[in-house]
Amino acid sequence: MNIPYTVETRPDTGLTNGKLGIWLFLASEVMLFGALFSTYIILRNGAEEWPHGELSVPLGAINTVILISSSVTMVMAWASLKLNDWAKHRLYLIATFLLAGVFLVNKYFEYSDHLAKGEGPWHSTFLAIYFTLTGLHGLHILGGMIVMAYLAGPGAKLWKANAEQFTNRVEYTGLYWHFVDLVWIFLFPVLYLL
Amino acid sequence: MDNVSTHGTPAPGHLHEHPHEHVHEELGFWRLYVFSVDHKVIGIQYAVTGLLFLLFGFTLMMIMRWQLAYPGRPIPLIGQWLGQARAPGGIMLPEFYNQLGAMHGTIMVFMGVVPLAVGGFGNFVLPLQIGAPDMAFPKLNMASYWAYFLGGVTMLASFLQRGGAAQSGWTSYPPLADIADGQTMWLIGMVFLITSSLLGSINFIVTTVQLRAKGLSWMRLPFFVWAQFVTSFLLLLAFPPLEAAAVLQLMDRVVGTSFFLPSGLVISGRPLQVAGQGNPVLWQHLFWFLAHPEVYVLILPAMGIVSEVIANNTRKPLWGYRALVYSVVFIGFMSFVVWAHHMFMTGMGTTMSAFFQTTTMIISIPSVVILTALLLSLWGASIRFTTPMLFALAFLPMFGIGGLTGLPLGLAPSDIHLHDTYYVIGHFHYVVAPGTIFGLFAGVYYWFPKATGRKMNDLLGHLHFWTSFVFINMVFMPMFIEGLAGMNRRMYDGGQQYPHNAAVLHWNVVQGWASWGLGLAQLFFIVNFFMSIKWGKAVDRNPWEATTLEWSAPSPPGHGNFLTEPIVYRGPYEYSVPGAARDFTPQFEPEKA
Repeated sequence: MNIPYTVETRPDTGLTNGKLGIWLFLASEVMLFGALFSTYIILRNGAEEWPHGELSVPLGAINTVILISSSVTMVMAWASLKLNDWAKHRLYLIATFLLAGVFLVNKYFEYSDHLAKGEGPWHSTFLAIYFTLTGLHGLHILGGMIVMAYLAGPGAKLWKANAEQFTNRVEYTGLYWHFVDLVWIFLFPVLYLL
Repeated sequence: MDNVSTHGTPAPGHLHEHPHEHVHEELGFWRLYVFSVDHKVIGIQYAVTGLLFLLFGFTLMMIMRWQLAYPGRPIPLIGQWLGQARAPGGIMLPEFYNQLGAMHGTIMVFMGVVPLAVGGFGNFVLPLQIGAPDMAFPKLNMASYWAYFLGGVTMLASFLQRGGAAQSGWTSYPPLADIADGQTMWLIGMVFLITSSLLGSINFIVTTVQLRAKGLSWMRLPFFVWAQFVTSFLLLLAFPPLEAAAVLQLMDRVVGTSFFLPSGLVISGRPLQVAGQGNPVLWQHLFWFLAHPEVYVLILPAMGIVSEVIANNTRKPLWGYRALVYSVVFIGFMSFVVWAHHMFMTGMGTTMSAFFQTTTMIISIPSVVILTALLLSLWGASIRFTTPMLFALAFLPMFGIGGLTGLPLGLAPSDIHLHDTYYVIGHFHYVVAPGTIFGLFAGVYYWFPKATGRKMNDLLGHLHFWTSFVFINMVFMPMFIEGLAGMNRRMYDGGQQYPHNAAVLHWNVVQGWASWGLGLAQLFFIVNFFMSIKWGKAVDRNPWEATTLEWSAPSPPGHGNFLTEPIVYRGPYEYSVPGAARDFTPQFEPEKA
């Protein structure tokens, strides 16, 4: 028994199952982060004072550049598959993975800086929402890295068996990755600049 | 997100076989019945687990009803086994009463009704009704069942931890929920249950959009599929905010943040050592942003089931199919903008109240359209009073009572009087107990022959229906009287401490005995269920002479469901077509040349 439209698109919807599935998943993610951003707004509106300059803007800016670059390499990883260039695909996929890793290392330095001062999430409402939002975002980065590791490792075999399905998987991973980037592009100004 | 079909994935031990060979591999017991990826097996797993949780959640309520009817008297039979921490000498402690209340609500909503209505019926029936070989993502489907299972186990295990289970009500309002015992396990359990719902809802939507059979256009979908489709969107988009809220509350409890804790909180005479500046009402917003759509998650699948059963047993097309479809979609949209009608007492202001009571009045319109269409479907029909039909017929007035008693609660002025009284309890129980659960029973009796190849016994079914119908009304109808008299909900002593309750206290005794009677009445169902699996009357593909696609598959359907590719030629409810030889013309019957 085969499930239809796992690789080819359904004519009347123009979609594969996976493409629709990932978009629905992202819709639910929008609601998840939307709720947390709403929390941020409500807490900040209700606060007597809101701290400024607690976070390192240069580090945040560097991380923003890193994530945007990783989005570019992700697209290149998918485009190389479309051009049938396996070696380039490997290069770009691994580059994306490494950029994500560098992002998390930076985040680790930022976190340990705060914790060393004894200022964890319990310290203030600002740090509470900062740690929660960036922590959840960091988990999403980690999740993306696991998927990329799979695609670069055991999952890479699928390229030989079914190139189109593998290309689709890279595309879905890319869609997710752009979403995770987009969340950071909101997080950076909201937490670091405003 | 992608999925590989089970073909080409050899079972362990068959690795030497060529993976491209078209062999029908024999799956072992574990892969066939436990870790199955077949939507029918998963549907039955969901349904059976859900039914067990319904029974368990109901048992908690039967124990509470003893305390309400006879406060301070030892609980008979099981009191001695509850232990010193819960009921010393068989007499229930207030903390244990609170645990029972919180867990009754949690279990019934998140682990009983939704898994049975969506996970059970949705999984089993939806792919069959749209002519699909399985769900779009079978492995994800299995993962969603097991996430639900883990969530259920976590919730059950929470009774055994020190301090017991959660005790802040199923709504878990902070600040109480931030500091009370047992809540951490509840939150972890909820994260599992939410994950399960998210995976499931993605699967349902993709399956409905992508895997409809040839000829099955949107306006030919059975109403049940529409109901499940809208329900899935509600689960997909309303649950994440609760997940966010659960994460925030978990942070408050475990890490020591104060998202929901205001400054200057004093507990038992001592100031709480937290940063403060949090907002307890924020939790209510996040919670009800889920929990109001959740009400429709509870009711829409039941409406879908009832529509199928009514069309089949009136032998008539549903009255106003399009109106039904537009109404259910409209309900889906509106259900996202009514949540704060649960919060008129928070002091959020008259502008907010005015907005939310307006949207609440608007959303009652499509609900009334659906109920009216189903009622009109009965007009002039020669009704077959089968067991599923009895439950479906009872659904209509029961849901009607539940819905109409909700109107005074949706209007701020009358809600201020009724808020947190037994009137509210009566209102939403009429919607979900004799409403939704009766709809679900109709579904069990109706699709049991498809799942097992055997019919359930009609005599036991009738006994189950009539006894349940009488007792359930004896439990819930007095709640309106109690509530209007001012009796508060969540009272450990049933309200004895307040003199104004004196005139209505005797109803607690009536409700107690009625709830135990209701418990006994379920024995008819349990006996019938197991007996019929083995000895029920064997049936062919289409025992109810129904029109939708699931009845073209064998009973029970094999792996892959249909023997030939299903093709749809007409709408879902072509009963008693003038000039036709029989009184039903199935969707899968080709046009005569």
